Amino acid sequence: MGIRKTTRMAKNSSPSATAGRKANRRHPLATVALIVIGLVSTGGAYALFSSTASADTPAAVSGAASAAQGEKLFAANCATCHGMNAQGTSVGPSLYGVGAASVSFQVGTGRMPLAQQGPQAEQKPAQFTDAQVADLAAWVASLAPGPGIPDSKYLQGNGNSATGAELFRVNCAMCHNVAGAGGALTEGKFAPALTGVTAAHIYEAMVTGPQNMPVFNDANLTPSQKSDIITYLKYLDTNPSPGGIDLGNLGPVSEGLFIWIFGLGAVVGVTIWIAAKAN
Amino acid sequence: MSTAVPTTRGSRFTGAAANYIDERTSISGLVKELGRKIFPDHWSFMLGEVALYSFVTILLSGTFLTFFFQPSMATVTYEGSYIPLKGIDMSAAYQSALDISFDIRGGLLFRQIHHWAALLFIAAIGLHMVRIYFTGAFRKPREINWVIGFVLFILALAEGFTGYSLPDDLLSGNGLRIIDGLIKGLPIVGTWISYLLFGGEFPGNDIVARLFSLHILLLPAILVAALGVHLLLMVINKHTQFAGPGRTNENVVGVPILPVFAAKAGGFFFVVFGIIVLIAAFFTINPIWVYGPYDPSPVSAGTQPDWYIGFADGALRLMPPGLEFVWLNHTWSFNIIIPVVVLGLFIVTVAIYPFVEAWITGDKREHHIAERPRNAPTRTAIGAAGVTFYCVLWAAAGSDLISTHFMLTIEGVTHTLQALVFVGPFVAYHLAKRIALGLQKKDREIALHGFESGRIVRLPGGEYVEIHEQLSEYERWRLVSFVDYKPLMLRPDSRGRISFAQRMRAGLSRWFFEDRISPISRTQIEESDHH
Repeated sequence: MGIRKTTRMAKNSSPSATAGRKANRRHPLATVALIVIGLVSTGGAYALFSSTASADTPAAVSGAASAAQGEKLFAANCATCHGMNAQGTSVGPSLYGVGAASVSFQVGTGRMPLAQQGPQAEQKPAQFTDAQVADLAAWVASLAPGPGIPDSKYLQGNGNSATGAELFRVNCAMCHNVAGAGGALTEGKFAPALTGVTAAHIYEAMVTGPQNMPVFNDANLTPSQKSDIITYLKYLDTNPSPGGIDLGNLGPVSEGLFIWIFGLGAVVGVTIWIAAKAN
Repeated sequence: MSTAVPTTRGSRFTGAAANYIDERTSISGLVKELGRKIFPDHWSFMLGEVALYSFVTILLSGTFLTFFFQPSMATVTYEGSYIPLKGIDMSAAYQSALDISFDIRGGLLFRQIHHWAALLFIAAIGLHMVRIYFTGAFRKPREINWVIGFVLFILALAEGFTGYSLPDDLLSGNGLRIIDGLIKGLPIVGTWISYLLFGGEFPGNDIVARLFSLHILLLPAILVAALGVHLLLMVINKHTQFAGPGRTNENVVGVPILPVFAAKAGGFFFVVFGIIVLIAAFFTINPIWVYGPYDPSPVSAGTQPDWYIGFADGALRLMPPGLEFVWLNHTWSFNIIIPVVVLGLFIVTVAIYPFVEAWITGDKREHHIAERPRNAPTRTAIGAAGVTFYCVLWAAAGSDLISTHFMLTIEGVTHTLQALVFVGPFVAYHLAKRIALGLQKKDREIALHGFESGRIVRLPGGEYVEIHEQLSEYERWRLVSFVDYKPLMLRPDSRGRISFAQRMRAGLSRWFFEDRISPISRTQIEESDHH
């Protein structure tokens, strides 16, 4: 199209076709620049929006939980798969002995009720209020003994972060990554990222071993060691990387992608600019 | 000095100073020779410069780091500023790397500059090599320089890997463990080499100090020497250029080093340096503090090598299980041997490609005009296949992150990539060849008949035709000036025989040049001008 227009114009006015073509064209990289600006601004806005949206996670509240209320909620929302008496069916496991901690973790993080069968239960916005979760937990806990709601003294994040970091590297990092950024498991399952997870949910996950996660009972990791791990994870949450933007803490792959796309991209852009003939 | 220029005090001083130096060093001959070296203008000719400038950045920032780094594996207890490591036992090397990051002013910035510059260095080398390959700039007389450039690339990989292993954090230790496994997987000699390298069973107490000596002494020394020869040969061979008006195989059209190019290049150095520093200032690279000290038991999810070793890691990841067995009282780990051999062959092929192509074409002429990739379809296709092969292995190194971030199963990703290693290069080969031939056809069409003007004219007889505009002589020159090859004709030698080598050569030549778009002859051009 550019050629068509410029040649006609060149015929009419300019004696030099090349000069006319040069002057009348937008810079070839203008479109690219425009797209990049557009992508960066929408992406940035999205990142900002989503981070502010997830910032206000509800604090754990425990009031007088009513097992009777929980039973009603259970019958209405959970019994289809787990059975009216939580005895389990062909599509859902029995909940005898899973304890209040399991309910608090699975329902409190939105993993239960399950939206659909899949490699593993995905986290989604919690369907119940904290009071309702406590009611459900109270009823399930009343069926058989199991791990209970953790004592709040372990959830303060005031343990030893250095011990916690070491325990985390030895026990957790092979699936969750050293920075808690998550990682891949087999058959489409994955270890989720641990950023922004509440202290109670971290503790409950350790004692109940949800989905593919092994159970770290009190003989394996003592409550104060669990508290140290929570302290370390909270340290990572509250202290941004001293080196600047952390690129998701995914390691050399994201660094490599970054240098090829942005580093080399910028440098090649400059070479094109330098070698371009002055208009 | 010219008498026409009135002498000022400044020019008298420079004249006297230049004379003083020249009388003692006879440097004027060199300056005249080098200063008149011509650089043609094309953005892709500057990729090697980018590599050079990142290397300078690496040297400068690396020197700073050596002031503070302790290459020792002696155990110490960390008492520095990073709280989640306080009181933890670690090697002195890791402690000093943490101190550089947290307790030495500007240390973290320098560490990040050094590491980002290293990533950029090797990326620029890679792109530079690809440019040289696809424009045929490795042909005579530049084959030797291709090999030297290849050696530089391997040295850069070695530099990168030794550097990656120095901080002695969990990530670098895991990387070394993979190398250790790779070495031990080699039959018979593997275990011996591993014990020799690590000074006993992995990890030992020596490896960091040894890699440090290699990283800051031996490898950079060889690299700088090879770089010097690389640049010298570039001056001797002259720069290639793309075909264009007034640009022939016998000349180089561009700007001389002094003063224009030197000024541009000096500025360009600071631009590259500035980009690296900006990235280093705003983006974390290798946060060694989250990885913690090396301990052979934990391995983090998402443990990968830096991008340039990724292809080797990917090759290991793609090997199917069950290839290890005991025979003659030795363990034969074909899950290690196969990738090592395949990658070795791949790398050697890259190194000797110019000689292979020269033998196939039988072309002994010098070539100073950079070819457009479309005008050498088979070479372009081979290159595309090679790049695809490399990229599939490279992607395989990130298979776990591909599966988590695109919600795929890791088995699915691995199997797909396993298939792509074999299928991808063939698809890329044929696709690239067809595209190159198609573009050549288009060029031929445009050169003969001009381009479509979009102007439809109705002839008196009622027929509609579109007017084609002819190209100017200059524009056409670009399209028609390229070297044309035909398949080699098999001819008996002086004793009337056709040797096997000759047959093979003819066969390969047929593979290279059978599919060709014959170039436009002068008569065809003249005929088209009469239309």
